[in-house]
Amino acid sequence: MAFKSSELAEPPNEERLPHTASAAVKVVIVGGFGVGKTTMVGSVSEIRPLTTEETMTQAGAGIDDRAGVEHKTATTVAMDFGRISISDELVLYLFGTPGQQRFWFLWNGLFEGALGAVVLVDTRRLEDSFDVMGRLEESGVPFVVAVNSFAGAPDHTLQELRSALDLPSDVPLMSCDARHRDSSRDVLISLMHYLHSLVATEPS
Amino acid sequence: MSDSPQDGTEEGPERLYVITSGRSSASNGLDLVTLIVARTVPTAGMQPEHAAILSLCQAPLSVAEISAHIGLPVSVVSVLISDLLDEQQVLTRPPVPPADLPDLSLIEKVIHGLQKL
Repeated sequence: MAFKSSELAEPPNEERLPHTASAAVKVVIVGGFGVGKTTMVGSVSEIRPLTTEETMTQAGAGIDDRAGVEHKTATTVAMDFGRISISDELVLYLFGTPGQQRFWFLWNGLFEGALGAVVLVDTRRLEDSFDVMGRLEESGVPFVVAVNSFAGAPDHTLQELRSALDLPSDVPLMSCDARHRDSSRDVLISLMHYLHSLVATEPS
Repeated sequence: MSDSPQDGTEEGPERLYVITSGRSSASNGLDLVTLIVARTVPTAGMQPEHAAILSLCQAPLSVAEISAHIGLPVSVVSVLISDLLDEQQVLTRPPVPPADLPDLSLIEKVIHGLQKL
């Protein structure tokens, strides 16, 4: 990923936004390693998913600022994302979170201003989802939970999963196949309907 | 994560430090999805990274996409975009302002757009 002025990676013409594009919103797709985040981004994105990166400077855990200076290490964290043009003016960006959970909430601005999040769940590793759902609740980011169907995964009813995930009854839970555009789109639509219901019931 | 870049080029922090003249991107107000539009075209003698951004942004492009296309971290790209903003060479179209909850008409627009997919 080095910048080379001689071979600048221009976006293909069909990947350019219209000049009328004037506002963008984002949705974050979170989930454990290998759960299908990038697959979901790719199945609904109008552009080939891109990868952006950030250099994280990490202080050792539990060390105060002053003492932490000599322990800081720089780590490059990558994130895949895609794009859907909602209209000539409005663009929706979908970000898949980095593989390691500890980076999700360190990445300034990833969740800030996001409309909401999709928590993508693999029933073989439900425990991966607890921490992130807790963090989303703390951060006030509304989310829906989508169970990605994997061959060979335990067959649970959504009701069993809701109870296993300790998910409040108002948070939408659905199964999906992240490889399919229609299925991934429906997850996003469910998130939007959920947001709509939150806004509509918000006392003004 | 800590993997080496796949094309084998080593990118030490020093190189990024040089590109930004040692500045950090703290509080420049750019979001990952702030759209950037060039007001000018690249000229000879410009820092190559600035020229690359202007060239990419002849049509609107998000900060995240610029970062992906030129292969530099978001924080570095943000500093470079700030330079161009200071020189009035680009315009920003900020993301829909983060509120506690977005407004209904925005959500309805997104639902409508998704249904067309």
